[in-house]
Formats: sequence, C-alpha cells, structure tokens
Amino acid sequence: MVYLTRKAEFSASHLYHNPDFTPEENRRIFGKCNNPNGHGHNYMLEVTVKGEVDPRSGFVVDLKQLKEIMHREVLDAMDHRFLNKEVSEFLHKIPTTENIAIAIWQRLHTKLTAAKLHRVRLYETPDLFVDFYGEK
Amino acid sequence: MKAHLSRRYLFSASHRLHSEAMSPEENQSTYGKCNNPYGHGHNYTVEVTVSGPVDENTGMVCNLTDLDGFIKREVLARYGHENLNMLPEFAQEVPTTENLCIQIYEIVHRGFHFAHLERVRLEETMMNSFEYAG
Repeated sequence: MVYLTRKAEFSASHLYHNPDFTPEENRRIFGKCNNPNGHGHNYMLEVTVKGEVDPRSGFVVDLKQLKEIMHREVLDAMDHRFLNKEVSEFLHKIPTTENIAIAIWQRLHTKLTAAKLHRVRLYETPDLFVDFYGEK
Repeated sequence: MKAHLSRRYLFSASHRLHSEAMSPEENQSTYGKCNNPYGHGHNYTVEVTVSGPVDENTGMVCNLTDLDGFIKREVLARYGHENLNMLPEFAQEVPTTENLCIQIYEIVHRGFHFAHLERVRLEETMMNSFEYAG
C-alpha cells in the first residue's frame, strides 16, 4: 500500500453564524468569525489517496485525473466563493474548517475509482488544520 | 462525523542535554554540541491534535478559544522563554525534545477536556520533530 498526497490552494470567504443561537451566543461562541460581512482565507487542501502501485504504470493513481477531479469537484465550486451563499452544503450548515473538510471528502470519495481516498487535510491558516478520514 | 483538529503554537526555550548518569565523555559522545555546558535554545513549534464529533450546532470539534486559552496558559506560559533544565519536571530528566513532547502531552491530557487528545507533535527545528500519542 502506498499513500499519495496532492495539494491545491483555494481562497474563499465565510462567516460562522447559527440562526438558532441568539446574537449574543453567536458572538460569544464564534467571536470574530461571526462578523456578518464575512472574512476570508487562503485554504490549503491536501488530498491523500492510497492503493497498490500499478505494475505497468508505476502509479498509485493517475495524477492528472486526481488533479482534474479535485479541480472539478472542489476548486471550481469553492475557489473565490462566499461559502455560506454559494456552496450548497453551507446554505444550512456552518462552513467551519471541520465541515468544509467533510464536504470535500463527500465530494471526492465517490469520484475516485482507481485509488481509495485516505484523508482530507484542510489548512485554514498555516497554524490550523483539520483531518477527516471518513469516520462516522 | 468525527474529525481531527490540529493547531500549531510557537515558543522559544533553552536547554542543555546532559545526564548525571553518564561520564563527561559519555555525555559528550551522546549529546555532542547539545552538551555545551552553557546550553543553547530553539524555537519550538508544538502541534496539538484533538478529535471528536463535529458538533451539529457549532460545526466544531471544540472551540478554538478554549484550546488556545488552555495551551497559552498551561504550556506556552510554562515553557516560553525558560531554561528547561531549571524546571522541576527536568530536575531528574534530560530535557530532550522527546521528553518535552511527553510532558506537554501529559499536561494537555490531564487538563483539557473539551475534546479527545490524539497526539502532540513537537518540532525542535525545521528538520526534526517528535510525536507522542500516549
């Protein structure tokens, strides 16, 4: 089994707000991230797939295909977008780094055929990242 | 849905690697430059990984404010700009990055209860790092 990781960067804006909370609760729990006008990040995405090395190609996965899937499923949908308003998963769910990582996993894992998705790692900043392994 | 959240923090500290159980020659051959009697320092990066279910209401594994507050109070304030050899936990133990990593793990494991501690990863320089998962 060999693990292969591909990175991609995208930039997006968001805000954290739960309509079930009072304005005070939203401010207390989400702090500056509750600013109603939103704010943005340069997200760094790391997608790790695993599989056996194909004896003919020497590949775990065709990198070109992986890149295309990541661009089509993730970057085209999220890059330079306001996540709360423009990405379907976040119309009714808060686009925290945790939830974005889960959404990216769900967008990718059914699309990968040759290799299996192992981990989605999403950096919101160089000091903060989330790993999702598809665990329930 | 269970997710892992990692946060990185910086602190600077000095230490000297020296074991009372070894002769001066053994210390020198084991620790090399790190045995310099005057000590030396590093910019450490500590990476704390916690895990848990993503809360339906907040979208979070745990609130970063709680994690940041705990780490600043219990880890960064304790080790930042200190000579590690002077601290009680290193009175009998060599303050290698391995041992420091274990100490930090134990502090977080004991005191932080808002999410499950998965591991502590401690970078001594850009070129070396250590992980402890209990």
